[in-house]
Amino acid sequence: MNPDAPAQAPIPEAAQSAAAEENLVQLVAPDGRRADGPLAAAYRDRVAHLGTDELRAMYRDMVLTRRFDDEATALQRQGELGLYPQGRGQEAAQVGSARALRRQDFVFPSYREHGVMQVRGVDPVDRLRIYRGTEHGGWDPAEHNVHLNTLVLGSQTLHATGYALGVQRDGLVGTGDPERDTAVVTYFGDGASSQGDVNEALVFAAVNNAPVVFFCQNNQWAISEPTSRQTRVPLYQRGQGFGIPGVRVDGNDVLASYAVMTEALERACAGGGPTFVEAYTYRMGAHTTSDDPTRYRERAEEEEWALRDPIDRLAALLRAEDRWDDAWAAEVEAQAEALAERLRADVRAIEDPPPASMFDHVYATPQAQVTAERAWFEAYEHDTAQDEVLDSTVEVAR
Amino acid sequence: MTAQTMPLAKALTAGLRASLEADEKVLIMGEDVGRLGGVFRITDGLQKDFGEHRVVDTPLAESGIIGTAIGLAMRGYRPICEIQFDGFVFPAYDQITTQLAKLHYRSRGLIQVPLVIRIPYGGGIGAVEHHSESPEALFAHTPGLRVVSPATPQDAYDMIRAAVVSPDPVLFFEPKGRYWSKGEVDLSSPVPSLDGGGPDPLGAARIARAGTDVTLVAYGPTVATALSAADALAAEGTSAEVVDLRSISPLDVPTVVGSVRRTGRCVVVHEAPTFFGAGAELAARVTEECFYSLEAPVLRVGGYHTPYPVAKIEHDYLPSVDRVCDAVDRALSH
Repeated sequence: MNPDAPAQAPIPEAAQSAAAEENLVQLVAPDGRRADGPLAAAYRDRVAHLGTDELRAMYRDMVLTRRFDDEATALQRQGELGLYPQGRGQEAAQVGSARALRRQDFVFPSYREHGVMQVRGVDPVDRLRIYRGTEHGGWDPAEHNVHLNTLVLGSQTLHATGYALGVQRDGLVGTGDPERDTAVVTYFGDGASSQGDVNEALVFAAVNNAPVVFFCQNNQWAISEPTSRQTRVPLYQRGQGFGIPGVRVDGNDVLASYAVMTEALERACAGGGPTFVEAYTYRMGAHTTSDDPTRYRERAEEEEWALRDPIDRLAALLRAEDRWDDAWAAEVEAQAEALAERLRADVRAIEDPPPASMFDHVYATPQAQVTAERAWFEAYEHDTAQDEVLDSTVEVAR
Repeated sequence: MTAQTMPLAKALTAGLRASLEADEKVLIMGEDVGRLGGVFRITDGLQKDFGEHRVVDTPLAESGIIGTAIGLAMRGYRPICEIQFDGFVFPAYDQITTQLAKLHYRSRGLIQVPLVIRIPYGGGIGAVEHHSESPEALFAHTPGLRVVSPATPQDAYDMIRAAVVSPDPVLFFEPKGRYWSKGEVDLSSPVPSLDGGGPDPLGAARIARAGTDVTLVAYGPTVATALSAADALAAEGTSAEVVDLRSISPLDVPTVVGSVRRTGRCVVVHEAPTFFGAGAELAARVTEECFYSLEAPVLRVGGYHTPYPVAKIEHDYLPSVDRVCDAVDRALSH
């Protein structure tokens, strides 16, 4: 495919962003004031019950997520992690949406969902084992109802849909009991939206009316490719052809992200089927610590989005509504510092797994090939160790 | 013992029926598996008896079938997925190899994904492109999967039930060219146990015919070919032993090695291309473990390194009795 081919008239970027502004659910403007307009009016009741404590809890989650991000990046730079995918800028989309979930709901993440992990209580050290190179997973999915990261783009959207079909079979949709009704949410990005699996997941979810929310974080960049390389229509319209309602939310607005998620979850739990949410946000960092965004995007764009920083926006709201308190803010900073200190100490303390553990859990039942290769490997390790002992003995004897 | 004579296809249907009856978490899902009963009628009558809820017609999307089945399995269900034809498994290849095969490993044993993926495979039925392939080696090359293929109606009945209770994912390759071959089936045979105590019902090979001069190793559709070759060879005074592998992953190496140590010669027969196929692995293993017993190099009879050819010449591609006998003659000439 030649990107220069004049096959179709391009959609001007300006038109796309204008459409984004027009159809964007926003409850808090970048200056911290509550937003107006018909869309805000349609959603603001969903956050009316959130008082100072709840808003501060969201702020705390976002600050801790940012600090986790910064510290993990530093640990990678120091050689303690092999890689780290940065989530800076997406804290509101993740924390707001995850805060709308109930305990029984199940999350299928991609790999940049650090804010979701923070809200669900997945241990921060466990989250970094995969990047330390000591685990392919790192936590027990059943403990927090959060599946392991999926690195192949979009694959998890099918798992989420299948899991939701299981929830539906278990009779946990439309019971009317908020403690029992269960929904599933899958997180993915603008790049993954092009994957066949995501589109198949939309088909399976739609025809089965599955209780699943497709939460697409459009962070504008799939490594070096802008969203215009993935789609000609705004992503929130993707669901329409499948019969799935879509909504575009300001992903840098934690309250709006929370509000649209409550709507999607209510629909799923009531038997209304799936929802496609496009959280319009920005990847302020690199794709991963191995990436160099200066090769493909302009500093001006980064600076423009920095003005919409999601944490600054919530802080502005708290200040504007007299919910800010310096002593409390200092306590949050202290918690962030404690988190960073813990990461610095505990990530370094993660021990390498024993080499023979590579043979663990390939199968759930004994498998002749793995058994034979493990036996060979252990004998080889043993003999090599014996040889080393022998060599050092010879050395001493000399 | 209540043995009945039935074709392999009906033995599979009976095994699926028994599995649906035994565990309400068992589901069948695939394209056209419901009212139609599948294009080969393997699920014939099951939706009528167990309902649309248990025997599910899915959208026509193989990755979607396997991907959603993985999610269902994570929620405690035991999906049996039908891939309509061998050549249609490739849209699901990503989900099978990057997700299904690795979730137990990735989660350090916390997640089991007990899926069965049934795939009618192999040629000889005069079909169009993508309907006659033998892709089993691609899956055997993927750690985390079991890859099996029954050759007889009784094994079809026993192995499909064992596959359904297996906590590990199973690629269940059905020799579609042998669907209508008949044999005795004891429908009262117990569900094989997978607790690791006895012989592995999904991994243990069987000696299909005893012999002394050469070992023919086959599985699925070529077991019958090897047995016919053994008949022809017997008429010429050569005694061929036939090993039916049943499983390609794991491989029952001890049974093959035990046979070849007795006969001194080994010919592997499969429909898949020999290049990097199951026979290549077997030849390596037999050479390693039977080096001083071998009277001749291990030979392979199988498909060529071409795409599956057009129907009118497919019988020149498939391993035939003549080609097996020719390979045995070459082995005996050493």
